[in-house]
Amino acid sequence: MLNNKLELFFKKNIEIVILFAILLLILFSITVLTGGKFLKAYSLEAMAFQMPLLGLFALAQLIPMLTGGIDLSIISTANLCGIITALILTKLNTWYAIYIAIFLGLISALLVGIFNGLIISYVGVPPIIATLGSMILVKGVSLAITKGYVISGFPDNFLFIGNGYLLGIPVPFVIFVLFNLIIAIILYKTTLGISIYMVGSNPLATLFSGINNKKVLFKSYLVSSFISGIASLVMISRFNAAQADYGGSFLLLTVLICVLGGVSPSGGFGRVLGVFISVTILQIIGTGFNLLGLSSHLSNALWGIILIFVIALNKLYSRIR
Amino acid sequence: MSEILLEARNINKYYGGVIALSNLNFVIKKGEVHCLVGENGSGKSTLVKIITGVVQPEPGAEIIIDGVKFTHLTPLEALKNGIQVVHQDFSLFPNLSVAENISIAQYIKKFKPVNWKEINSIAKETMNKLGINLPLNVPVNMLSIADQQLVAICRSLASEAKLIIMDEPTSSLTREEVEHLFKIIKDLKNQGISILFISHKLDEVLEIGEVITVLRDGKKIATVNRDEVDKQKLTFLMTGKEIVFSKNQYKSFENNVVLEVKGLYKKGQFSDINFKLNKGEVLGIIGPLGSGKTELALSLFGMNPPDKGEIYLQGKRVKFNSNIDAIKNGIGYVPEDRLNQGLVLNHSVENNIVITILSKILNRFRLIDSLKKRNISEDAVKKFNIKCHSLDAPVKSLSGGNQQKVVIAKWFLTLPKILILDGPTVGVDVLAKNSIYETIKELVSHGVSIILISDEIYEVLNNCNRILIMKKGKIVDMLYPEEITEEELYQKVWSKEDKLKVL
Amino acid sequence: MKIFFKKEYFKRNEFYIFVVLIVLSLILTLINPTFLTFNNIFDLLRNNSFLGILALGELIVLISGGIDVSFTAITTVSQYIMGLIITSYYLDNIFLTFLIPIPIGIILGLINAVIIYLTKVHPVIITIATLNIYYGLLIFFTGGKWMYSFPPSFTNFAYIKVFQISTPEGITGLSIFTLFWFLLAILTWVILRYSPIGRKIYAYGGNAEAARRAGFNILNIHLFIYGYMGLLSGIAGFVHAQLGQIIQPNAIVGQELDVIAAVILGGASISGGSGSVLGTILGVLLFAVIKNGLILMKLPSYWHQVVVGLIIAIAASFTAYQSKMKNKRMVKIDVE
Repeated sequence: MLNNKLELFFKKNIEIVILFAILLLILFSITVLTGGKFLKAYSLEAMAFQMPLLGLFALAQLIPMLTGGIDLSIISTANLCGIITALILTKLNTWYAIYIAIFLGLISALLVGIFNGLIISYVGVPPIIATLGSMILVKGVSLAITKGYVISGFPDNFLFIGNGYLLGIPVPFVIFVLFNLIIAIILYKTTLGISIYMVGSNPLATLFSGINNKKVLFKSYLVSSFISGIASLVMISRFNAAQADYGGSFLLLTVLICVLGGVSPSGGFGRVLGVFISVTILQIIGTGFNLLGLSSHLSNALWGIILIFVIALNKLYSRIR
Repeated sequence: MSEILLEARNINKYYGGVIALSNLNFVIKKGEVHCLVGENGSGKSTLVKIITGVVQPEPGAEIIIDGVKFTHLTPLEALKNGIQVVHQDFSLFPNLSVAENISIAQYIKKFKPVNWKEINSIAKETMNKLGINLPLNVPVNMLSIADQQLVAICRSLASEAKLIIMDEPTSSLTREEVEHLFKIIKDLKNQGISILFISHKLDEVLEIGEVITVLRDGKKIATVNRDEVDKQKLTFLMTGKEIVFSKNQYKSFENNVVLEVKGLYKKGQFSDINFKLNKGEVLGIIGPLGSGKTELALSLFGMNPPDKGEIYLQGKRVKFNSNIDAIKNGIGYVPEDRLNQGLVLNHSVENNIVITILSKILNRFRLIDSLKKRNISEDAVKKFNIKCHSLDAPVKSLSGGNQQKVVIAKWFLTLPKILILDGPTVGVDVLAKNSIYETIKELVSHGVSIILISDEIYEVLNNCNRILIMKKGKIVDMLYPEEITEEELYQKVWSKEDKLKVL
Repeated sequence: MKIFFKKEYFKRNEFYIFVVLIVLSLILTLINPTFLTFNNIFDLLRNNSFLGILALGELIVLISGGIDVSFTAITTVSQYIMGLIITSYYLDNIFLTFLIPIPIGIILGLINAVIIYLTKVHPVIITIATLNIYYGLLIFFTGGKWMYSFPPSFTNFAYIKVFQISTPEGITGLSIFTLFWFLLAILTWVILRYSPIGRKIYAYGGNAEAARRAGFNILNIHLFIYGYMGLLSGIAGFVHAQLGQIIQPNAIVGQELDVIAAVILGGASISGGSGSVLGTILGVLLFAVIKNGLILMKLPSYWHQVVVGLIIAIAASFTAYQSKMKNKRMVKIDVE
């Protein structure tokens, strides 16, 4: 009886199981290689502060990828949001400045989402080009506002977002887990969520079935831009600075994380849990390498190798099935 | 020189525990038009895959092509030995020109540079052999479906085919185009090329075939000459059961008009469309492809707004800007292209069933109620007798007939007043067809009014209360099944005349 | 010329791009007369030969229905190894120098091809991975130090002009690198039009399954596409080092989207099956003209981004709208 249930669990969740196995493997190797330094509280804590940033960006990339598209503009959007927020924080010195700043910052992120959503769903431009265009456009706007300079010096109550603790847990981590849950609820428990998966798998059939594909796509890009905005709040809070150029290397990583996490690049499949584990794996490697004193370049290379390895493993397993 | 082009001996194929083909022996003579018939799952496609080298038979098999013995084939070997396939999807290159698609085999031959003059001349020559004249430099995706098929056939010819396998070649053709295709098949035969014609349409098989092979459950049941069988006998051989195509008696219904269409017109598609639909009625619309049936249906469904004309639902005038409007007003549409337009193949049966009523399975927090979702899907599966081993299985794992029932089920759940069925039994085997006809009866018993669009004579005769004949965008006749025989209806629909009866 | 006119169906896109290019150039000359001078034009052609060469490789990848983003890493790696060899061993032979990055680029490209073919995953994912692998390993093993003092044969080569003319601003001429670009463009055109592998690439991009059924050797097609991209990346690496007379490893990675944007501006379809050398050249020139115009208008560099982004969004919207209209037209043909 138990055997049957276990077998069923394995079959349904095979990608998650593989990912988890890799996670444990990596965890083990890194711990051994760093001579136990890895499991010390301070390094785990540092991870809990750093991972959410990459993780939030990955979540932002997840939704568009599920629809069979991609959002190349998430980093630029985050930078723009960060800049707007920073401007208000540094120029307005009242107690309510923080709320206005966050509000307007998120609005600016949503505006980008609306732009993306409109040209992708209503004009019909392929997502990779549309978001390529908006990425460059938004970056330009950010540069025009900042003229290349950094805006820094935020009030303490804002810095709490990126550096504070809530019941002993780093605030960014709390935000990250919170949004994981929110996205999971949206994807698995709302009509929008099911629609996203089915539109990503066969938009023609969903159209005929009465689903408003355009609305679904539009909302997807809205959600991704919104999460980019949330990510930017964590980001500029941690760095205590906003700039037009941050996080360039993150973009390709988010796609990597999603694919590693089991998201099909052609759309229709992928799970929040997969993305979560995937981000954790990458963060562990990154931290591990930091502790080992290795360069970020090597970890980049390793990520590429792991991705190909996991894809190959998945392919092999589906052939055997 | 032997008369035999291809002989397959002792063909077996197992997939794990499943026997796809067992102990099959099969002969095609040169210049023969050989038809292959069988239900879904009979082994037809496996046999074709083995002949074309895509799949290898179990050891012990022999395939002899023009005297040359093989134990198995690779795709390239099959091609080199003159075996060509015209697939259901034609396998053309949409972005390349007609000439290039026809002469594509040139690219595999040697390492010589592309000679455009030669490409064009080979294409022209091949088309001449069949009496076809298509523009050489047009990209193939700009041609009509029928013309694309002609290009695919020319391609096989230009590749020096000895055997051309045609897989369900007439599913997208009008009657006239089918006749043209048959003429071409005869021309090919006269040039010594053999044709293997695979089709569900028994009428056509009986018209064009010289020899017919029937498969069932992986075995060859019989190989007969054309004049030894008729449709009834063929069906018996294919299914092992007697299926009587008798007319069903339908309940009479009140004159309660649920839908009225006046003066509907759309440029290039249909014109002067007027008809009424009563509650509980099954109204058939029959006509050749290209008569505008589907375009009219999509108009009623809101996806193809007409240029002129009025639609009245239960006496009230309606205008649909999209199918979402139509659905809100109680109209559903079961599309002909089930795989691309009707189902999200990779998703579960459950998801495909509830996709139309997502807003109705929410709990009070506006989140999806999984229990409700599961119950509704289970009920639907029971009601429509859908065979699947789990609600979570991807819908692509179901047979054609069961897939179609999923589509019907999902529309049923929207509690439609009017359900439009467009070619609901296309590509569905005979036994499942009957099951779907039962489903239609079930729908009617719930008060749903049905518009049944079809190009199969007996389908409309047996299931409809009233039949409209549509040709070239116009409704040319209306009649009742009890007043007409199969042959008479066949003549009215497929004749070249365009007699407009004043309605 | 006859060939060009017969192929009306395929050529309309390039005509529009050409018109836009001319119009923009004229507008720019009105704003700043130094734009349409020989000096500026030859400079433009010289500086964009790097982008132009890469665009040719990417064109072939796009036609096949894929996207390659690893070429910047391949360019960097082959360029860096070339630099290491000529500075460490003081190789003073420009011909041999030119030969070094080529096999490196080809090999890295072939690795891409094999992985893409075996895993059957969309090339954009695989090449994102290999981008990180190639670049990451390079920096890790070499430290990524800049190189700027090269043997004289290397430095002197950069000044070579194919022909020179005298203008009021001084002596200027067509750079040898522009010649590289145009020669490679012609080679690419010949391959696409007159070689079987070229036509197979179009076919594969149009319908991959049909290509398989027709008996095409899919592995060979992949090897050629990504191997060719690798070859061009290697040459581009040489050209890049020549143009700037400096090798900075982090200079090239990050420009992937510029190249892809130029190719798309040139009319290549992101979903594969269409695209032309002429269009790509025009796309690169258009991209360059826009950027050059912005500089001449004395717009600060960050405005460039805005304009380029807008243009891509507009160009893409235009193409999307066009194909929507074409689809509507096609439905009618079918019915009647």
